[in-house]
Amino acid sequence: MTTFGVLQFPGSCDDRDAVSACERVGEARFVWHEDRDLGGIDAVVVPGGFSYGDYLRVGAIARFAPAMESVVEFARDGGPVLGICNGFQVLCEAGLLPGALLTNEGLHFVCRQVEIVAEPNLKGARHSLGFLDGIEGGERLSIPVKHTTGRFYASDDELDRLEESGQIAFRYAAGHNPNGSARDIAGVTNEAGNVLGLMPHPEHAVDPLTGSEDGLRLLASVAAVPA
Amino acid sequence: MLIRPKEGILDPQGKAVERALPALGFEGVSHVRVGRLVELETENAEELDSLCAKLLANPLIEDFEVEHVEPAETS
Repeated sequence: MTTFGVLQFPGSCDDRDAVSACERVGEARFVWHEDRDLGGIDAVVVPGGFSYGDYLRVGAIARFAPAMESVVEFARDGGPVLGICNGFQVLCEAGLLPGALLTNEGLHFVCRQVEIVAEPNLKGARHSLGFLDGIEGGERLSIPVKHTTGRFYASDDELDRLEESGQIAFRYAAGHNPNGSARDIAGVTNEAGNVLGLMPHPEHAVDPLTGSEDGLRLLASVAAVPA
Repeated sequence: MLIRPKEGILDPQGKAVERALPALGFEGVSHVRVGRLVELETENAEELDSLCAKLLANPLIEDFEVEHVEPAETS
């Protein structure tokens, strides 16, 4: 059975939801930010929230946590890593993912269900994509967003490069871009494909009671169980 | 250290400030950009650029300037 490790920084707030969501498809435990031990963990989730109070710049301080040093090594060794919302911001700051996340174009906090579409060349030439293994290019998922700093930014040259290398995982469906993200980008991967960052929250879309189970698909992919 | 959004990157905070000014009677203000100021004391002034690039600013989205100020005599 797959064991998920969910990081906990001071100020994380979606860590418990992430653990509950992971427990639907495998086992899960918390990894405190001062703890470097990822022993027995098969996949890492860097959850949403406001790590270190979002001081200085979102994700800027969490990146230096001892647990993050272990996550960087884990990712370099090919381990699957998913950063959700603040976790996405942390992974960008840590240099594991390209680009950066800026204040929403409209300045407001947005909290709503959005539809995202998996990029047609999602798999490209890559063999294992961790959290994306069970997702087909062109698939449409319904997953909520809730953030103030979710506008994906990279220079035009970098965006072209990401499109060519298949590093764009998801875009917001037409009319669903909640924050002004460049080229409607909702999620990106590293070059190898094992690290995924997403602004929408798959851990909040795991039960029909709250409107969608689509988020479970990503977690089930890495656990290699049917969602 | 003066840190500001890079030229060409939309700064919604600056835009919001710009839109608020005419309501207070301040006309003719444009290109408002909001950044931040970090003050610190250091014995290793030569490290300030790298300190800024590694932590205080994200060079992908922000520009920074370092200004050296000698502390005023207090005694």
